[in-house]
Amino acid sequence: MKNRGYFNKFGGAFIPEILVPTFDQLEQAYLEAKADPAFWQEYVDLMSTYSCRATPITYAENLTKHFGGAQIYIKREDLNHTGAHKANNVMGQGLLTKRMGKKRVIAETGAGQHGVATATMAAKFGFDCTIYMGAVDVARQRPNVFWMEQMGATVIPVEDGSATLKDAINEAFRDWVTNMDDTHYVLGTACGPYPFPEMVSWFQSIIGNEARAQMLERKGRLPDRVYACVGGGSNAMGVFSGFMDDKEVELIGVEAGGRGKGIGEHAARLAYDDASVGVAQGYKTYFLQDDDGQMMETHSVSAGLDYVGVSPILADLHESKRVRFEAATDDDVVAAMQLAVKKEGLIPALESSHAFAQAFKEAPNMSSDEIILINQSGRADKDIFTVADAIDDPKWRDFIINKADEYRARADQKGEK
Amino acid sequence: MLEQYIKNRLQQKDLLLMTHIVLGYPSYDDSMRLVEAMVEAGVDLMELQIPFSEPMADGPVILKANAEALKAGASMEKSLEMAEKITAAFDIPFLFMTYYNILYKYGVEDFVAKMQDINIKGAIIPDLPPEEASDYLQAMQKHGLDPVHIFTPNSPMERKQYLNEHTSGFMYTVARKGVTGKDTQFGDELGTYLAECRQATDLPLALGFGVKSKADYEFIRGKADVAIIGSEAIRVMENDGVEAVGPFIKSILA
Repeated sequence: MKNRGYFNKFGGAFIPEILVPTFDQLEQAYLEAKADPAFWQEYVDLMSTYSCRATPITYAENLTKHFGGAQIYIKREDLNHTGAHKANNVMGQGLLTKRMGKKRVIAETGAGQHGVATATMAAKFGFDCTIYMGAVDVARQRPNVFWMEQMGATVIPVEDGSATLKDAINEAFRDWVTNMDDTHYVLGTACGPYPFPEMVSWFQSIIGNEARAQMLERKGRLPDRVYACVGGGSNAMGVFSGFMDDKEVELIGVEAGGRGKGIGEHAARLAYDDASVGVAQGYKTYFLQDDDGQMMETHSVSAGLDYVGVSPILADLHESKRVRFEAATDDDVVAAMQLAVKKEGLIPALESSHAFAQAFKEAPNMSSDEIILINQSGRADKDIFTVADAIDDPKWRDFIINKADEYRARADQKGEK
Repeated sequence: MLEQYIKNRLQQKDLLLMTHIVLGYPSYDDSMRLVEAMVEAGVDLMELQIPFSEPMADGPVILKANAEALKAGASMEKSLEMAEKITAAFDIPFLFMTYYNILYKYGVEDFVAKMQDINIKGAIIPDLPPEEASDYLQAMQKHGLDPVHIFTPNSPMERKQYLNEHTSGFMYTVARKGVTGKDTQFGDELGTYLAECRQATDLPLALGFGVKSKADYEFIRGKADVAIIGSEAIRVMENDGVEAVGPFIKSILA
């Protein structure tokens, strides 16, 4: 508890007393691993043999022509095993869990990507695994729940509060304060008490390190602007960290604008004025909260960005103006995703499509000499139900109706209700 | 101040009882009735919890109580008003229990000044370790109020001593790992742990987490100075109504 993990006025470790020794142990394991080049090498080897690192950068030629402005490049985190950047953090924390000699992992999940990634890591490393997921998210992300359970994880729907990501985090902490001796909590984003924001960003920095080298190799220069979506902020921290010291590179974080400004309508903590500084879930940052300090409902078409807080590191980068924050609305996001699918055959997740939406707004006003890089943090296969609803695809609807009839007939035959 | 009160009280009986309610659950009127029943049954001091939407250290019973209170319209203004009425009506000491964001948003100094103003004697803030608490600790000292911290079975001796330096009134010791309201094994191990806690502090020891019955209460006698009942009293109220809480407390103290 010596280093409190502050990024100017944000961060800290506001933890229940029972977890103090557990955080001391985690901090020590993290700092030792960070100081040990063999650990990072082991991590890179694992990611290149088990996941798909280094993920490539794709030149989006058709989108570039379509907008007639900046050249658009895309960092392909969707090509990771389990389909998102979440794998980077999870595999890193898996190695750390082994180092600490723990046998069980727990995690919260919003969209379910982090839950699937954690269940995958647990299956590979032979850990017991429990995933906490808001009941609302369990309902809207059944395919991810299906895979977590197939991999042997226990998925616990959390009914408390707003039954979304923040409530899953609270419940994971409640598990951890009971079972810390054999359990590591694999927090999924660059939030929470120290050392999580810094540690998760460190694992995710593999994205930015690769991207910087790849841009130099391909173009002989760095991009002018880098776009990433921001929920908790881990993929943004990951890609931004590669360019943090390159002052000429503008960094743009894109939050969930939902249905637009107004409390309860979105999950934009920094781009809109509805959030204020507070302390919850173990750290200090901007939260969407009322005047009494009660957390408010949030909304986004993408479960993965639907969160009340934001990485304390990004809150600081917002204040120092190193990162510019924007918000993309649900409608713009769905349109951006459809355009990427049609023009490039890429399938960005709804989360990642926020970054696309903002980049698409700005690209036409830039010159053809300029380069932008979009972090495609994940792929949208998991969003097929949400996306099909959003674009109201009649063939998909018929398919689901037929499938339901089939299941119903089979259940009737077995005499079930 | 709380320390002296507890020590005086201990000269008349060897084990005190502290209970807990969530302000505004199920309603503010019920909060008043619960305090009345508890004080009348012989409780020595009480925690008044200001509801928060993210009660990270609380188990299912108190978690639900927080959420229901907020759903029923609990607010800072009403909670402070109720606390003021309670301290005016009953002459045992009351503490606030809540989470740090409640103080932070109100303004730490303003919150502590308000506590003094309405005659609240101390506070328990489970997500505020002393390392993060310099504003709070200074304000508490300035206003003559007691910041209570928590010993746990995981706290090494060095940590206990550090906590002791920043605590006054009494030390809250939790009987086990986990959140509030789950079962606790009251056995030899707990006796050993409490003996270690004694070594780390001269303050009175209050023991909480999982105290549910007369038998648990009797087990604590001679090992700690104050027994704390939280979730169980809420459970009794939920199952049998506000009027069952007084008899429940009396049965513990009988």
